[in-house]
Amino acid sequence: MMSKNPIGTFLNGIIKENPVLVLLLGMCPTMATSTSVKNAVGMGLAATFVLVGSNLAISSLRKVIPDKIRIASYIVIIAGFVTLVEMLLKAYVPALYKSLGVFIPLIVVNCIILARAEAYASKNRVFLSGLDGLGMGLGFTFALCVMAAIRELLSTGSFYGISIFGEQFNGATMMVMAPGGFLTLGILISILNIIKSRRKGGAK
Amino acid sequence: MDTLWRLVAISISAILVQNFVLVRFLGCCPFLGVSKKINTALGMGGAVIFVMALASLLTWLVQYFLLAPLGLDYLQTIAFILVIASLVQFVEMVLIKNMPALYDSLGIYLPLITTNCAVLGVTILSQTNGYNLLESVVFATAAAVGFTLAIVLFAGIRERLEESDIPEFMKGFPIALISASLISLAFFGFQGFNL
Repeated sequence: MMSKNPIGTFLNGIIKENPVLVLLLGMCPTMATSTSVKNAVGMGLAATFVLVGSNLAISSLRKVIPDKIRIASYIVIIAGFVTLVEMLLKAYVPALYKSLGVFIPLIVVNCIILARAEAYASKNRVFLSGLDGLGMGLGFTFALCVMAAIRELLSTGSFYGISIFGEQFNGATMMVMAPGGFLTLGILISILNIIKSRRKGGAK
Repeated sequence: MDTLWRLVAISISAILVQNFVLVRFLGCCPFLGVSKKINTALGMGGAVIFVMALASLLTWLVQYFLLAPLGLDYLQTIAFILVIASLVQFVEMVLIKNMPALYDSLGIYLPLITTNCAVLGVTILSQTNGYNLLESVVFATAAAVGFTLAIVLFAGIRERLEESDIPEFMKGFPIALISASLISLAFFGFQGFNL
């Protein structure tokens, strides 16, 4: 799990310990922003940026921060990066800023970021922590995009805003709303479980 | 009378129509994490109601007497999360000292609340909606009641799921998520209300 090899560290977050599909962290933004692929990419990249930044900062300060107040210090560092992202998005992509809404400031309390700070960045070298943040962030983005692709296709019949099933397609609006989010994630995880049990069966 | 009606409208909307967990997706982590037993769900709900009402009161004061006059609106996220984190810590200390019995029942849930996005979410939403002090406290309390309602309902279903015969690959999280989806669908029935 604690692989010291840079490539292994990077891939760990994308596949083996995918934060959403395997570790089940960061549920709220996952379901709220996977309504369209555009939102998912935006949210994923914003969270990736915060993850890399906070992992780098926390890892380089890991010997300075006293153990007792470490959680509070991590939250302040993370909140700093989130504020940065918020201002950048507001200035350069106001449309995305509007559609993500309250979920941008809520990156602060995204469990993935605090979990990586506590479990990885506070114990490992700066370079590896950065890579871990990047891997976890991209894994998060990947999971969001898979969910968003399913939900967007079934609700509006389009992908990344481009219509695929044509005008007359009458999708299930439910998929874009809350029930669809829970349903898609539940089915995705159960499919993963089937694949995992098949693999185990094959190895025997 | 107008104010009263507005407050009632805000509460009904926060508890049912725009339920925090099931419609707005705020606070999903504790919703899925601590909903295995009705008792723990009730404990978590109690702690959330308490902290959310206090947090919305404090953040409103911070916003209007500190951030707005000094033109520091962009520090909102940092200021609010600091207020919430220190409030949770403070509540924990007060409870240990004065109400050990209550602490024993709520204690383990308190640290979890800092990273409950419903708490930060409710404070930021009351600012974006432009609520006044009374409205934002009512909004936060109602939202927390809605959270408790959702988590207790969900825990009731999960307790029953424990004893039912579920396909192997659906066990644990997948079936929980799918039942959450069905509850959420039920809550969409309230969507027609126009308050």
